[in-house]
Amino acid sequence: MNNILLKTEHITMQFGGVVAVDDLNIEIPEGRITALIGPNGAGKTTAFNVITGGYQPTNGKVTFDGQVIGENYPRSKMKKIYNGTYRTLNEHQVINTPDKITRLGMARTFQNIRLFKDLTVFENVLIAKHCHIKAGMLRSAFRLNKAEELMMNQEADKLLHTIDLHMHRDEKASSLPYGKQRKLEIARALATGPKLLLLDEPAAGMNPKETEELALFIQEIKESFSLTIFLIEHHMDLVMNISDKIYVLDYGKTIAQGSANEVQNDPAVIMAYLGVEEE
Amino acid sequence: MNSKRNTLLTTISFVLAIVFLYWLSANRLQHGMLVSVLQKGVIFALVAVSMNLLNGFTGLFSLGQAGFMSIGAYTTAILIIPVKSLDGVYYMNGVHPFIRAMKMLIADSPAFIQSVFPFIALLLGGLLAAGIAAIVGVAVLRLKSDYLAIATLGLSEIVRAIFSSPNFDQITNGSYGLNKIPNFPEMAWGLIPSLLTPFIVVGVCIAFILLLINSSYGRAFKAIREDEIAAEAMGINLFKHKSMSFVVSSFFSAIAGGLLAMYMRSIEAKTFSIPLTYDILLIVVIGGIGSVSGSIISAFLVTAAKEWWLRFFDQPLFFGDWQVPLFRTGFRMVIFSILLMVVVLVYRKGLMGSNEFSWDRLLGRFKRTGKSEGGRA
Amino acid sequence: MVSLVSFFFLIAPVVCTCYYHVTFNPIEIEPFSFTENTTFGYGELLMSMTTILQHCLTGISLGGAYALIAIGYTLVYGILRLINFAHGDIFMMAGYFMIFALASFPWPVAIIITLVVTTVMGIGIEKFAYKPLRNAPRMSIMISAIGVSYLLQNLSTYIFTAIPRGYPELPYLKRIFRIGELSASFVTILTPILTIILVIILMILVNKTKTGMAMRAVSKDFETAKLMGINIDRIVSVTFAIGSLLAGVGSILYFTDRMSVTPFSGTLPGLKCFVAAVFGGIGNIPGAVVGGFFIGIVETLLIALGYSTFSDAFTFLLLIIMLLIKPTGLFGEKNVEKV
Repeated sequence: MNNILLKTEHITMQFGGVVAVDDLNIEIPEGRITALIGPNGAGKTTAFNVITGGYQPTNGKVTFDGQVIGENYPRSKMKKIYNGTYRTLNEHQVINTPDKITRLGMARTFQNIRLFKDLTVFENVLIAKHCHIKAGMLRSAFRLNKAEELMMNQEADKLLHTIDLHMHRDEKASSLPYGKQRKLEIARALATGPKLLLLDEPAAGMNPKETEELALFIQEIKESFSLTIFLIEHHMDLVMNISDKIYVLDYGKTIAQGSANEVQNDPAVIMAYLGVEEE
Repeated sequence: MNSKRNTLLTTISFVLAIVFLYWLSANRLQHGMLVSVLQKGVIFALVAVSMNLLNGFTGLFSLGQAGFMSIGAYTTAILIIPVKSLDGVYYMNGVHPFIRAMKMLIADSPAFIQSVFPFIALLLGGLLAAGIAAIVGVAVLRLKSDYLAIATLGLSEIVRAIFSSPNFDQITNGSYGLNKIPNFPEMAWGLIPSLLTPFIVVGVCIAFILLLINSSYGRAFKAIREDEIAAEAMGINLFKHKSMSFVVSSFFSAIAGGLLAMYMRSIEAKTFSIPLTYDILLIVVIGGIGSVSGSIISAFLVTAAKEWWLRFFDQPLFFGDWQVPLFRTGFRMVIFSILLMVVVLVYRKGLMGSNEFSWDRLLGRFKRTGKSEGGRA
Repeated sequence: MVSLVSFFFLIAPVVCTCYYHVTFNPIEIEPFSFTENTTFGYGELLMSMTTILQHCLTGISLGGAYALIAIGYTLVYGILRLINFAHGDIFMMAGYFMIFALASFPWPVAIIITLVVTTVMGIGIEKFAYKPLRNAPRMSIMISAIGVSYLLQNLSTYIFTAIPRGYPELPYLKRIFRIGELSASFVTILTPILTIILVIILMILVNKTKTGMAMRAVSKDFETAKLMGINIDRIVSVTFAIGSLLAGVGSILYFTDRMSVTPFSGTLPGLKCFVAAVFGGIGNIPGAVVGGFFIGIVETLLIALGYSTFSDAFTFLLLIIMLLIKPTGLFGEKNVEKV
């Protein structure tokens, strides 16, 4: 149960001279909900993008399910202007594109919903199933993989039933109300068959009631799909209620970590997080 | 019930089309213009659909169609020009001994191979273009939107420069171009007359493209068009899928190029310059970006209008002694450009938008107009 | 698929050649070779210094005209992120305007008329074809640009016919100068000088005036500039005006050298100048000038060496190579795309 699924070691991400994430060390145990919180511009989404392969880190290592999926050290130009606190000695590089990482079993949602707007709800989910297709282009075009195609369709339908979106099956994704679009994005991520689900501010723009429902929903899918969940959130209620462990980020640095209680009472967090809110 | 009716309607119109083409084949002399417009239209339909696969379905704005067409056209033409015409075609610089050898090999082959050889030539042209697209795609497909457009446009100009260069004139006949290219071959031992050949070849090709678009890979293409970043996050390998689309599109453009060579009987590198790509783009835009049936319909409409219906714009027109102003050579193309601009600026969706043709829609429209007319009466 | 293709194209020659040998047993088969280009000999490879200088001079002159057109592309792309495909045709139309203006006015007036009409046309095209599509997808606006190019070409074919029209000679411009063994017409010398003067003026305009500052702001961030109260439409118009004006000047210099105009004589120079702009780093004015001169000189040298068919292809090859090695161009700034 306490097998570590995702681990980042000394992740530093620097754009030009700006250090967006500095020496981030996260451990996500299997089967738990871990959260990353912090004020605006703390570098949360950047950390997400590094983990999912969208950015190549300036320095550090990401290990997923026992496999190194991203590793880098400051090179060429970056060598001179590197500002991170942690200096690595290990000069090794591993680059993976986001699609490869998704196929390894890590799926994500986006802060600003990125659905395939002009396609139907069903197609959105079905496309996510494409990443595990075995048939090649010609076989697929000539429909020689009927069994596989049928299974993909059935699984997509089943998924839509499970998350209660089946009545919108043939509607355009863009025509769904906001909350359902969020849900669909999660469903789409689930369709890739992940072990680890990364949610980027899933409750953004939701009212308290919807947020509460979302908390339930996240716990539900965690159980029924036996997932590990890593989320970024602004809504403190949601995070405090469902997270097993919380990391707090401010100006790229990890300022606290621990259970909800521990974090809530940490003076550094109150300074950085709540202090900002008071202003 | 509707689906049954639709299948029936499709079958009927299909049969009618074939019967009509047979009738046309028997009376081709009286209807020369119709035949040539239909054949040219169907060839352009294939290029337009393959351009649409890239631009409309995968969201890659590529302007290299003319280049790939020329690869297909030249390959096919070089392969199928008869041995006895070789010296006439290459009268300036002589023909490369390798080509002559190859042609003699074909001329000595059994009759069956000779009868299907034009199709093999088309296929080879397509494969050559696909191979080149696969290699070039590695470099070009990393570029984004307008850079991709200009790079592919440049690519087709490079191809054209190679074909018209004097350094290869024993193969491509340089700037003189190739002529004496045989017309469309017959199929199935003469059961299918040569007039029908382009329709059948194009039909098969478009059917394949349709199958591809509706397959899982087609959906992945659409995902890339909608949102590259989200598609990548869903595990779709961007480069792999983009290059698939690029290769398939180039393959079919080249086949269409080969057919065009058979249709025109003589080709030169100038035929495949930038305006040709613009013409195809015009067809795709008018038909609706992202609609296969739109491209097909618009290919026929545009070709017919350009080559036939609107010809009168280019002739001086008289009412009695009074000559209508503006009507003279070139006016037709001006009208066309204005039409394109109107579609781009006002009817941005084109004929079909991103919808496909369906009987329900067509019949629905008839019913609606019928009702409203009834209401008025 | 690739392996299949390569298989065919590797095996086929061998099979055919063998067959040819066996069946006809010819005396000797020539090794696979292409014909030598007749205009190209080793003697000409070792060109004299004078010839090289002479060609460079021509190249610099051509490059100057290219640089002026390239600036138009770079300015418009910087602001609207649009390849103005019609720019080459504006340049071509300017050629025709000059022909007609000079037919009825003295040359100083004719030049002014040409430049004014060209500028107005540039602004008009923007208002008519690009402004309605400000919020449309990028593909639509690019198609619109292609459409305008198509329209201008067809319109000029209709009005002026496709037959090349002789470009009138302006006094003084064609006078031949001799410097040692080199000879050059006045226009050859004037072009680069005029180009550099105009670029300096433009740089002052962009860097020192309020309008210039607004232009830079819009090119950095369209939306924010709008929120800051910059009149976007005015800035875009100014940009098109400057671009078209320079294209007009470039057109006079270019066509005086080439001596004739056809409806299609704008297409290739247009595309080449876009490549020049990309080469120098799109959005960067000195970059466009360097790119223009570079392409002009290399093109002239290629033609001098007898590779005229490849001179156009070279430009595009340069583009593709440049985009792959350094997509931002020689002097372009890096633009990180946000995920």
